Amino acid sequence: MLAWTIYISFLGAAVLMFLPGRNPRPARIIALLAALGGLACAAAGVASCQRQGGPGELMRLVNVPWIRDLGIRYHLAADGISLVLVLLTGIAAVAGVLFSWNVEDRCREFFALYLALIGGVYGVFLSFDLFLLFVFYEVAIIPKYFLIAIWGSTNREYGAMKLALYSFVGSAMVLVGLIAAYVVSGARTFELEELAKVSFPATFQYWAFPLVFVGFAILAGLWPFHTWAPTGHVAAPTAASMLLAGVVMKLGAYGALRVAMTLFPAGLHYWQNTIAALAAVGIVYGALVALVQQDFKFVIGYSSVSHMGFVLLGMMTLSQIGLTGAVLQMFSHGIIAGLLFAVVGRMVYDRTHTRDLAQLQPMNLHQVLPFAAVTFVIAAAASMGLPGFSGFWAELQVLVGAWQTFPWFAVLAAAGILAGVAYTLRVVLKAFFAEGKVDPRDLPRLQPISLPERAGALLLLATTLIVGLWPGPLLGLIIPALNSPLMQPLCKGAAP
Amino acid sequence: MNSIPILSILTFLPLAGGTLAALLGPERQKLGRNLAFAASLLTLAAAIGLWAVFDNSRGGLQFVESAAWVPSLGIDYHLGVDGLGLLMVLLSALIVPFALLASWRIQENPKLYFSLVLFLESGLMGTFTAQNFIHWFLFWELSLIPAFFLIKIWGGPRRTSAAYQFFVYTMLGSVAMLAAFLAMYAATDAATRTFDFSQLSQLAQGGGLFAGHTSLATAVFAGVFLGLAVKVPLVPFHTWLPAAYTEAPTGTAMLLTGAMSKMGVYGFLRILLPVFPAQMRALETPLLWLAVATIVFPAAAAFAQKDLKRMVAYSSINHLGYCLLGIFAAVKLTGPDAGQANEKAAALNGVILQMFNHGLTASALFYFVGLIELRGGGLRGLDDFGGLRRAAPVFCGLMGITLFASLGLPGLNGFPGEFLIFKGVVPLAWPAAAVSTLGLLLTAVFLLTILQRVFSGPLPGRWSGWPDLTTGERWAVLPVIALIFALGLFPQLLTGLSNPAVLQIMKLF
Repeated sequence: MLAWTIYISFLGAAVLMFLPGRNPRPARIIALLAALGGLACAAAGVASCQRQGGPGELMRLVNVPWIRDLGIRYHLAADGISLVLVLLTGIAAVAGVLFSWNVEDRCREFFALYLALIGGVYGVFLSFDLFLLFVFYEVAIIPKYFLIAIWGSTNREYGAMKLALYSFVGSAMVLVGLIAAYVVSGARTFELEELAKVSFPATFQYWAFPLVFVGFAILAGLWPFHTWAPTGHVAAPTAASMLLAGVVMKLGAYGALRVAMTLFPAGLHYWQNTIAALAAVGIVYGALVALVQQDFKFVIGYSSVSHMGFVLLGMMTLSQIGLTGAVLQMFSHGIIAGLLFAVVGRMVYDRTHTRDLAQLQPMNLHQVLPFAAVTFVIAAAASMGLPGFSGFWAELQVLVGAWQTFPWFAVLAAAGILAGVAYTLRVVLKAFFAEGKVDPRDLPRLQPISLPERAGALLLLATTLIVGLWPGPLLGLIIPALNSPLMQPLCKGAAP
Repeated sequence: MNSIPILSILTFLPLAGGTLAALLGPERQKLGRNLAFAASLLTLAAAIGLWAVFDNSRGGLQFVESAAWVPSLGIDYHLGVDGLGLLMVLLSALIVPFALLASWRIQENPKLYFSLVLFLESGLMGTFTAQNFIHWFLFWELSLIPAFFLIKIWGGPRRTSAAYQFFVYTMLGSVAMLAAFLAMYAATDAATRTFDFSQLSQLAQGGGLFAGHTSLATAVFAGVFLGLAVKVPLVPFHTWLPAAYTEAPTGTAMLLTGAMSKMGVYGFLRILLPVFPAQMRALETPLLWLAVATIVFPAAAAFAQKDLKRMVAYSSINHLGYCLLGIFAAVKLTGPDAGQANEKAAALNGVILQMFNHGLTASALFYFVGLIELRGGGLRGLDDFGGLRRAAPVFCGLMGITLFASLGLPGLNGFPGEFLIFKGVVPLAWPAAAVSTLGLLLTAVFLLTILQRVFSGPLPGRWSGWPDLTTGERWAVLPVIALIFALGLFPQLLTGLSNPAVLQIMKLF
């Protein structure tokens, strides 16, 4: 069932490619149906996982030989961590379509590329053969480039090119590392579980680990390789920046966790403190830069760098609680960042045609677009990590884990949270609340928030609130997965 | 234990009422307002019902509700009230309708204003009933957001910076407090990890909380202390307060001082005393003198103000200073040589009485100042008025009673709390008590100054048509005035509830 998330998305993309006519309406509906179908398959997958051996067992979906001579297999499977991210992808995909309802220009191609991207993302989260994972990873990057270059806004060629170049450099590093692992292991297989059993020579791991880890983590916004993220987010059309921050950055974090950290424990051990330091710097740096931005979307772009720092810091704690927090943060940030970008890009920018906070402030948007203001305020509260929202549980567990492993980074991260409060509050005030009284006649006349926008916002708001008030079900997927034989070494400090 | 989850109802009733009102269409402002007010009255009725069935003779938690929430982190949904919690619940439930009546005639989006106040009430109820840190923290933070927007949208001319300052200061404290609790959680053995207040205090008593980590214990204590001290506030963490209280609209200022400031004092009693008694003891002398500073300096500052609202704001800090004085003095002579139990019990009872009574009087004072501002066309300077006694005798009489209650006149409700605090503190820490009397003196002087400048002297011609209290205003303030007398004459109404709780708390440190 779960494998159908991939097939439905690619099928939808193919149908849209060959759809006759210029009418955007059928294209939108097909895209929405495909996204909903993916979400339904993801939800069914989670449900069937509870019925079968539970999230600690690997759910085997397909395992057939693909390129026999090289030992490459078409192997799809899922554990609790994959399931959480597949669910995130499903929710983000549906919301993204709803927030792209107003795309008129080459609508069919837009949604076709969009669905191809989603299909690639599902594929990465479900691949247990590393070569297959890499192929899906590349499949996800290409539509990304076109979505930004064709439908983007400010500096779109630059943003798209920068994103593509960073991604390809990262992929090249990953590919070199994977091939080296294939050769050195001598096992003639790309199976994750097989390679994880191989104990690679320590000297090999010392350079292979950073190669693969950083190769993936570039896409997760690891400081100082994060610079593609803000420009890419700003240039992208709304749905693409929602997916970019919401899902694509998770690809990087997921790859770093699933591949680099699982295969090379000795290398991980060796580089643990360095990467944790980079992550902690990223948390504070992203927050401080966000504090001084004038462009509404740049604030959210840098905030993503800061929040992804929590994911990386949590992974580096190598404790069960820290890793749980990291995976939950991937989910939570995916939802919250999607929501923030939706408000900025779709609800505000598409109507006002400006993202300059100085120009937005006199519009007193909380009166003109009350729905957007309420959505943004709740999303901002969630982004600050206030209790009652999903981000709270994630950052809480990352902080506890970090405190046990490296207390000073935990203090730094806590300072980052505080800076996060400051920039979030600043942007709420500047974007929606004018100084002093505004004459109602001076307010701009803007289109009211449409039904698809409301539906998308409610979907994301409900998700972050439900997880925030009742994190049990997601934790029930993540924690058993971390206790599985594959992940268990990571929770025990990954001693070589 | 009980079949009706009355504490959950109390917590979520305002939230539900507020949400319902907020979801009404923008053109149905009046309906939303009335709906929200009805929800606040229902909450008050539920709180009074809780009081009626509460068993006075027992000291521990009652109406306990407990359910697993996030088992992997040891977090439970755990509610319960003792006498202290009950009094705070009653106070909040009383202040909210009073504050809503004070805001009855706001022009801009009244429906939203009333909903936000109800959200804030849920935050208060949750804070005063939660028995698990995370659960408590959720509601602690929940109350912050509505307060921020109440100041930001409906506040005075400098509302933006006041709201921002208020929020960032409080968040600074909250983040420090959260980080401290997480550090404590991370440092505890996996077997005994907990966020539960009573389990934490048992661990602290058994020495299991910080075995061998003295410096960590101090850091954790400092974080929690900061979070609570900002909220109360304790000098020197008070600088956000005058701007926030002054810029806030009247109803919000009533809530901030009447109920929200009590969250901080409540935290001192519920968390700091039971969980960190050793750290409190080690710092007892500097803390005592900070409390003295909180009493004396704001009183002096209030004396120097020309703006009535700022005066009341500063006097609010001063009055909460007595609470902190009582708490810090009670820390003394604890542990192995725990003598003077009577004095400590007196001081802590005084603290709880003072919390309740200050909540009533201070919100009533803000209410009157708000009325003056409304009638004076935005003016609220000390020297803008005079002789109003002749134009509006009822107004001045009732405000005068409130002023006298605030300065601690025997027979009115301000007296028993301060009396008990001093009765306890004098034998425990007489120098601090002696200096604090300076604060009492200054308070008397500036409150009487208000009385004199605003109500006596010649009536300026422009105020000759000053309207007296309307019938509606009389009804709004009547319950509070009645309570001022009742609780002044029969303080045992409060001590009957607070004393068992105090005896229970004293067992913990």
